[in-house]
Formats: sequence, C-alpha cells, structure tokens
Amino acid sequence: MSSRPSVAFAFLAILASAAPATAGEPPSARQKELRHLLEHDCGSCHGLTRKGGLGSALTPDTIADLPDETLVAIILDGIPGKPMPPWRGEITEGEALWLVHVLRKGPDHARSPVR
Amino acid sequence: MRAVLFASAALAAFVVEAAAFDLRGTGDLGIVIERASGSVQIVETTGKTSLGRVSGLGDLSHATAVFSRDQRYGYVFGRDGGLTKLDLLERRIANRIIQAGNSIGGAISQDGRIIAVGNYEPGGVKLFDAVTLTQVADIPAVPAPGEKASKVVGLADVPGQGFIFSLYDAEAIWLADTTVPSAPKIRRYSNVGKLPYDGLVTPDGRHYIAGLFGEDGIALIDLWRPETGVRRILGGYGKGQEPLPVFKMPHLRGWAVAGGLAFLPAIGRHEVLVVETKTWTEAGRIPVQGQPVFVIARPDGRQVWVNFAHPKNDVVQVIDTLDLAVVHSMTPGKAIMHMEFAPRGEQVWISARDSDRVDIFETRGFSRLASIIAEKPSGILFAARANRVGF
Repeated sequence: MSSRPSVAFAFLAILASAAPATAGEPPSARQKELRHLLEHDCGSCHGLTRKGGLGSALTPDTIADLPDETLVAIILDGIPGKPMPPWRGEITEGEALWLVHVLRKGPDHARSPVR
Repeated sequence: MRAVLFASAALAAFVVEAAAFDLRGTGDLGIVIERASGSVQIVETTGKTSLGRVSGLGDLSHATAVFSRDQRYGYVFGRDGGLTKLDLLERRIANRIIQAGNSIGGAISQDGRIIAVGNYEPGGVKLFDAVTLTQVADIPAVPAPGEKASKVVGLADVPGQGFIFSLYDAEAIWLADTTVPSAPKIRRYSNVGKLPYDGLVTPDGRHYIAGLFGEDGIALIDLWRPETGVRRILGGYGKGQEPLPVFKMPHLRGWAVAGGLAFLPAIGRHEVLVVETKTWTEAGRIPVQGQPVFVIARPDGRQVWVNFAHPKNDVVQVIDTLDLAVVHSMTPGKAIMHMEFAPRGEQVWISARDSDRVDIFETRGFSRLASIIAEKPSGILFAARANRVGF
C-alpha cells in the first residue's frame, strides 16, 4: 500500500504533462504490444471480450464507477491476496493510463489488427 | 443378365473398396484450439498432420475439451458458455448450445452419458445428456441459502458416476453423485482453504487435489474414503517468503504423477513441487526458470514437461523424474500455451500462440519432427483422453 501515494503523484504528474490529450500516448509500436498484452495476457483471466473469467469483467459499464487512478493503481500494483498481479516494471504509469482509456472504449476498439 | 450381374457385383466391390478407403479410426485424432478465431483444427498424430478446420465455436479464449468414449466426438467448452459437440470424423459441429454466460471447463461421466460443465456465471455446474446436449440437472454453487453463487473451478469426473469441483469464492469442494443424473446427491466440504483455483483427480481416480491461490498449501480428498474429509498438504510451502507475482494462473488438469511422486506447480515461486503420493508429504522442489503453468508427465512417467507464465513463456523445460532436475530447456516459439503427448508418449505437441504454430517433438532426443500452422493456438487435446479418469 505504501506505493499508492507515489502512484497518485505519478498520475497527477502525467495529467499535468499530458495537457494535449494525446501527448501521453505510447508510440504506435508500443501500443500494438500493449493491445496484444491486453487481449491475450489480461485476456487469459478477463476474457478476450473482457466479459470476465476468474478475473472481473472489464467492459466499459463494469468499470464505469472506478476512477482512472484506481484502475491505474490496480494494473501497476495488483490486488494483494487476489490473483491480479502487479504489472509495474513491465508497464509504466503512462501506459497503464492509456490502457485504462482503451478499456473504457470497449473491446471492439482493442482487438489486434486483422490477421 | 449375367453381364448385368457382373457389372453390379463389380460396382458393389468398388463401393466397398471406396468405403474402406474412407474408413478410419479416431484413436489418433485430436484437436488444436485456435483461441482468437473461435475455431479448432482436427489433427492426427500418426502422420502428424492437420486434417482440417472447424469454425463457429464462439469465444475460445479459455477453452478445453473432453471426448466421448468411442472417441468420435469432442465436447468443447468455451469461455462464452458455449458447449460444442464436435464430430472428429466428419469434421463438423454435430450440436452446439450456449449453456451459461461464462464457463471454465467440463468433464464427462464414467459411463460417457453425461457432460458436466463448470461455470463462472452463473456459478455452478450443469449436467447435459452427451447425445442430445439436453440439460438434465443444474447444481448452483450457492454455499448457503441467500448467498451469492461461487465461480466453479477444477471440475473433474470421478469413478462411481460422480463429479467433483471446487468453489473459488467459497473455500469449498463439492462431490456430486450423479448415478441418477436428474437428481445429483451432493457431499459438501467447507473450509478447504483460500481461493481454490483448479483441481485434479489422480490417474487412479482415488484422490482429488485442489490448488489454493490464497495460501501456501493444497487441499486433498481421498475419494475411497470421502467421509474422512479434506486434508491440507504442503502447508506453508513458501515458508513466509513474499510470493512472486503470478502473471498466469497455473493449471492442474493434465497433471504429473510418476513413480510414486506427484509434480505440481508452486504458486508465486519458480519451483515445481514434488509430493510423495503414499503419504502426501513434500519430497522435494525443483527450481525452474519461471512460474510454472502446466506440469505434465510423459505417459510413461520418466519425464515431466513444464511451460511457464508471462513473461518467461517462450521456454519449455523438461524434468527427469529420477534425477529430480531439469535436464533440458528449449525455446520452441513465442508464448507457449500447452503441451500434449501422443498416447504412449513418443511425441509431444507444443502450441506457440504468438508464433501461430504447433510444433511436434520427439521426447527422447528433443528434435522437431513436424510443425502445423495454426491461428493463435492454445489447448491441444487428443481423443485418447477419452480413456483417462479425470481428463
């Protein structure tokens, strides 16, 4: 839990630096990696269509009441005692926030490019 | 007249010959799940080829299958609650229903007549007629009246026409006697441990083991003496160490038992746990290169093959069960999802999701025998599973 304040601080820092809405977006190659991670690795517990599995559903309606910073903190630090692992070290705060925005748009926007 | 007779005899001979040419058994068939496209490939292990693809199986992001005892049909359980009866010979969908909102897997009864499906939403188990897929019973996983139904995990068949499963949210294991399929009798075990995440039945059908995510330890039930309750084994195997993050849940189905030892994935430690199966006490730990996901014995038990969770999921390690040590490591492709042995173990099929490929290796020298192109392959399931308890 001790890391939460720093997450919140980092989050504020991102907000501050991301005045133009797109300034904090990861480069497109990294976006592709993150979408792949979301679809397949997050998807192994949350489902390809994000309707949930062992993990919670992550569809826009199910996360509507959770603020960005809460979701960013869960992605980065996990949920102690539950299977949700901490992704800090693999995903930066800015990338986590970008992923949250992808989640809020719904799964149709996040599928990998057509094979 | 004679000419006509002769011609019809020749025609009959031709028809018989053509039919003989088309006839084949199903004992060397199997399926490869293509998780992103809702399709499966029908494969055969004799020539190591794909025979074709069947599409329209829904969301297979988490999927598994069991097989009819004649090994003609596969029953595929999809994430979206879909239950698909697949005809391996005709390579088509014989029947398909959506039986729940969100499911995890299933099992087939000892006599082959009942298909059981474990569901997350609504939490519970449903029983279906294996021929028609008509529902015959519903077992909501409601631990006590008025409580929320639990997600069900680790569903397996047990000898005596039963099924056993764990309640993820309720620290419980239920044993269902389905001798009368429409009226299952349930024996309930509570306080089995925190967050059981998967379970398995030993190859002899005697024991059920549920892995616990919420604590170090494993729940064990002796199905020969079900009245004796749940025993906790390997308690505190982490010995107070901070667990490492688990980026993918291990699977216990397809487990490894060899030479009186069982091999199980540790949770939050980069180890394979070794358990002595007479006393169910720890017999050792084998360090491996990441969080194990599947720990599977070659059918003869001499080797145990291990794949791993993200981010070290491009590696497969092989443990020698005499040395109790890793004797071979290989990197067959990106994101290794699953491994399946040919029925007698001379070859192993390995799916590499992000390489869009299934590779086939011989298990003595580890050389690659063949590859099959597949779209985001995950589970590989051979029809020979039909003959195994707990598969």
